[in-house]
Amino acid sequence: MNPYAALLINAALCGLVATILLFMSRILGRRRGSKVKYEIFETGNPPIGSLRGTRFPVKFYLTAILFIIFDIEVVFMYPWAVTYRELGWFGLAEMAAFMGILAVGLAYIWRVGALEWN
Amino acid sequence: MDRDVILFWVVAVLSVASALTAVLHRNPVYCALALVMALFQVALMFVALDAHLIALLQVIVYAGAIVVLFLFVIMLLNLEPDAPTRGRYGMHAATIMVAVVLGVEIATAVWISEPGSPFPAPFDLGSTRMVAQRLFTEHLLPFELTSVLLLVAMVGAVVMARRRV
Amino acid sequence: MDVIISFCTALVALLICLQVTVLLLWIERKGSALIQDRVGANRANLFGGLLPFNLGIVNTMMADPLKLLTKEDIVPAAADRFLHWLAPWVAVFPLFLTFAVVPFGDVIVVGGREINLQAVALSGGILFVLAMVSLGVYGVIVGGWASNSRYAFLGSVRGSAQMISYEIAMGLALVSVVLTFGTLDLQEIARVQGRLMWGVVPAWGVFYQPIAFVLLFIAGIAESKRAPFDLPEAESELVAGFQTEYSGSKMSMFMMSDFIEVAIVAALTTTLFFGGWQVPFLYRDGFHFPGGLTVAIPSLVVTLLQIVSFLVKVFVFCWIQILIRWSLPRLRYDQLMAFGWKKLLPVGLANVAASAVLGLLLEGWTGT
Repeated sequence: MNPYAALLINAALCGLVATILLFMSRILGRRRGSKVKYEIFETGNPPIGSLRGTRFPVKFYLTAILFIIFDIEVVFMYPWAVTYRELGWFGLAEMAAFMGILAVGLAYIWRVGALEWN
Repeated sequence: MDRDVILFWVVAVLSVASALTAVLHRNPVYCALALVMALFQVALMFVALDAHLIALLQVIVYAGAIVVLFLFVIMLLNLEPDAPTRGRYGMHAATIMVAVVLGVEIATAVWISEPGSPFPAPFDLGSTRMVAQRLFTEHLLPFELTSVLLLVAMVGAVVMARRRV
Repeated sequence: MDVIISFCTALVALLICLQVTVLLLWIERKGSALIQDRVGANRANLFGGLLPFNLGIVNTMMADPLKLLTKEDIVPAAADRFLHWLAPWVAVFPLFLTFAVVPFGDVIVVGGREINLQAVALSGGILFVLAMVSLGVYGVIVGGWASNSRYAFLGSVRGSAQMISYEIAMGLALVSVVLTFGTLDLQEIARVQGRLMWGVVPAWGVFYQPIAFVLLFIAGIAESKRAPFDLPEAESELVAGFQTEYSGSKMSMFMMSDFIEVAIVAALTTTLFFGGWQVPFLYRDGFHFPGGLTVAIPSLVVTLLQIVSFLVKVFVFCWIQILIRWSLPRLRYDQLMAFGWKKLLPVGLANVAASAVLGLLLEGWTGT
């Protein structure tokens, strides 16, 4: 049987169970709202300022971009890892060049301090 | 009805709907999530074309990493949901024109292209092993150039991010 | 017929996932109590006194979930309704699906038919696991953003940054595993570990890739945001981090996602490094001990032994994760990120390089 058909069946089952779980409280629980319940929790004080004004450090953006780059590198390693015995030493040299260039990049961003987090 | 046809239509409707949402919705977070949905549909289409490795990579890299970056940027910039604007007439006209030209190009390409090989492709045409065998022998140069490209991206990202600090 | 079989295996995989999660809740509670030299929950009973003693297990497995599910579901007025509903679903769905590719047995022979005990026999199984782990980040991001609350948002951003940082280390550990076994298919990897090294020792992955095992385990714990990496949901600091504004079944879904991830890390570790469902010296027709002793066993019993072996190993690794949680102090956020990028990532890269070189030098390594 096509594994993707099995995947579809699985996805449907998991999605169904997750949806049922999601609505359980709605079905089983009480619905008595009061104004206080619907306020955002900020340890007793009324919420100060909206979320929209919050500053968001640039570091997170940099982390996300570096993550993408290294993710792509890792993803390139998978086809090589699967056939690496057939490719032998030549394949190893190719991959060494690939990893080497990116290792240089890692060293650079390490030195520059892009991996620092205060 | 043939299963492939049903699958195609479901995927097609979902991808058009999610792509339209991604482009037209006012709230940028919703747009990003619609984009994830659209990328899923693309992955499904890859599966239908027997490109198994690319389908998984589509989810891992595109839906799992790049859109995360999009979301981070949206939250970084605190993008407000767009207030409906009239828009400068010039900009809207240019957008529509580009879209029309693109549509005509794609339609023409489909019209004049010839159907693919008459021999059915083996099931594992796009499997990891097959792709690997081609990638590291015939297409070695683009592969190595990719690493240089990634290095450039790394350095560029660091330079850009540090300028604001 | 195929569809029915597939549906049954899917159901079994999902049930294993759910049962392990629920049991983990109890084990964690009682286990942490034991570790901290106290008794833990032991007050609940059935029907006001059916059993002659009170049981913590009744507390955790029946009273707690029932309580959570019947609580009022509150969506804060300032929150984004659609995203508030979506986030727990998105947090839980990829985790459920991950269990679909984990093999929990070899084959079961029923009515002359061999059924592979793996819900989805994807040949790119490891990549699928990586894909699902990548999607797990959305639960955190959307959850924090939907609440439109400062604490939740901060928690979710830090949590997602942590998750993506450790995903790379996980990916690298998995690359070394693929290097050793030469395939992405989890069932194949489990099968290959049934061979014997030097005729005596089962060829489990941990003997070939010990560093990758440690790397995957640590990265997995960090990925699921469990202690010592649980600053994003540090209960004493950010209330409940990105889960602050959730109540009732939605909150229970987020809690579940924590335990499901524990189970996933354990399941991955056993499948890749400890033979999965393999019982040493057990083959499809019975035991073949190295001394020459052979014990024939009916195939259904063999399958049963294999499933039990899988579950036992999964629980061992869950227990180890629980032990780690209650023994180690929490890492500060910058220490956490530095550990992921500056320690695990280079170690992962070095491990891949070393494995590749060693593998080519010692040609007679595992190979499929």
